[in-house]
Amino acid sequence: MGTLAEKILGRASGGRVAVGQYVEVTPDWCFTVDDTIGLIMKYHLEAGVTRLAAPARVGIFYDHYAPADSREHASDHSAGRAYARQHGIAHLFDVGQGISHQVCVERGLIAPGQLVFNSDSHTTTLGAVGCFGTGLGAAETAYVWATGGIWLRVPPTIRILLTGTLRPGVDAKDACLALLRAHGARVATYRAIEFHGEGAASLGMASRLTLCNMGVELGAKAAMFPADAVTAEHFSRLGIPIDVEAGRPDADSSYERDIALNLSDVEPLAAYPHAVDDVGTVRDVAGIAINQAFLGSCTNGRLEDLRAAAAVLKGRHVAPGVRMIVTPASSQVFAAALREGIIDIMTTAGAIVTTPGCGACAGLHLGVLGDGEVCISSSSRNFRGRMGSPNAAIYLASPATVAASAVVGRITDPRLLG
Amino acid sequence: MHVCGKTLALGDDVSSDLLYPGKYLTVSDRAEQARHALEGFGEEWPERLRGHSVLSAGWNLGCGSSREQAATALLAAGVELVVARSMSRLFLRNCINNGLPVIESDELAAALADGMTLSADLASGTAQIAEREFRFQPLPDVLLAIVRDGGLLARLRRTSRQGT
Repeated sequence: MGTLAEKILGRASGGRVAVGQYVEVTPDWCFTVDDTIGLIMKYHLEAGVTRLAAPARVGIFYDHYAPADSREHASDHSAGRAYARQHGIAHLFDVGQGISHQVCVERGLIAPGQLVFNSDSHTTTLGAVGCFGTGLGAAETAYVWATGGIWLRVPPTIRILLTGTLRPGVDAKDACLALLRAHGARVATYRAIEFHGEGAASLGMASRLTLCNMGVELGAKAAMFPADAVTAEHFSRLGIPIDVEAGRPDADSSYERDIALNLSDVEPLAAYPHAVDDVGTVRDVAGIAINQAFLGSCTNGRLEDLRAAAAVLKGRHVAPGVRMIVTPASSQVFAAALREGIIDIMTTAGAIVTTPGCGACAGLHLGVLGDGEVCISSSSRNFRGRMGSPNAAIYLASPATVAASAVVGRITDPRLLG
Repeated sequence: MHVCGKTLALGDDVSSDLLYPGKYLTVSDRAEQARHALEGFGEEWPERLRGHSVLSAGWNLGCGSSREQAATALLAAGVELVVARSMSRLFLRNCINNGLPVIESDELAAALADGMTLSADLASGTAQIAEREFRFQPLPDVLLAIVRDGGLLARLRRTSRQGT
């Protein structure tokens, strides 16, 4: 009997599997994004690949530089559209629809128990619905599209036991940073993670997406919340029937180790430049002046994140000399935020709201940082050069901390603004 | 499979942003990719890499983005072997699946420094620096076979040529 990883990889490889085994798997989906579609097309052309193994199980998302900012990016987009028509790829999510992982979950494209690949490291996000989501490189993606399968090693699983509940002003991002602070960025390398415990059960879908998203920052291959009532409700609202059991590990599965986190102990945290696991409290870096505040990304660009930031921004204004960039994770998030009046609060506060997508996170097309600039970001990575200049500094924090810092112009604990 | 060459040594937690900055993601020409290998450390680094066919690093090499140019740019720049105390899953996969052999060995990576000549036999798991001998866990046969074939794309090319 097995963990969720063993169960899903067993099904995808057509037999029972054991930890450490190399297996050939057939994924339920294999996606790509616009920063990789160009390479895939080139590889297929060079290798003489003229037809795809399963075009109905393939999808393309334009999110990393959408709308295109340069001739090269625009040409990749248009070549990708032609490629999708030629190969009968129906799932092309064009400019403005949002970040691949967010779109997959909010539209119910993927289901519990599935094995999903995407040429993006944050594919671990999909584990929020009990799905084994993991990243691939471009050559690998091109190979899966051509042949239908690829090798994987069956990972051991770390069980993260969550207890308690998050306190006001503290959110799932702070919990991710607490895990990074306690266990470092390598704790789960080559491993899968499963989140368990009453603390896990208490978290809504948005929080689960954030925790699974940052699973890859802990090194994980996949990070999953076993399917439960929250998962069932998510799909039920979408009118999509699911098999909850397919997204649950067996009762007697065995784990490599357990890690515990009491959510009630978590306080607002920040990852300091230039490492995701150089984490301390927001209080310890309070007062550092910022130039840019970024709210968005597959980590924290959801409606709940925009709400948390709007609660801080309401009746206030972004500090002079600071630019606050808000990028909703998807068109659905944007529309819902508009209906709730959140976008109005943000623009009134002086924030800039952009087209849904990856936004400033990957430093590819907008909100790029200049030399010597300081950014506080709700995204998941603060590596040197990630958002533009190698001489810029990125602090990672929760949406509320990003908003509070934008208002004050200096890194600020959101609880101080009530 | 035998590799022998001069080493360039990096530190811990070297992200794929450092190995290959995101602004060059649309570059698909391998020779052009080579001109940006390690550029995240500074503009002089692609030149510094020249003449080194072994790249060594500490823990968690290639963490972060899944961009495979982090591996293919090294390959195009003449790197024939990557040695690290540990690697991120995606970087390790990108190396192997593009035909760039890797060794994960705490002992070997810790012993390597700039300019040292490393000689390694990938199948037997033996290596040499000067007179010192090392043993490491070789890649499993299934992965060594991919490396030997020149990566997954080389396999695809062969399959297409055979018309299967």
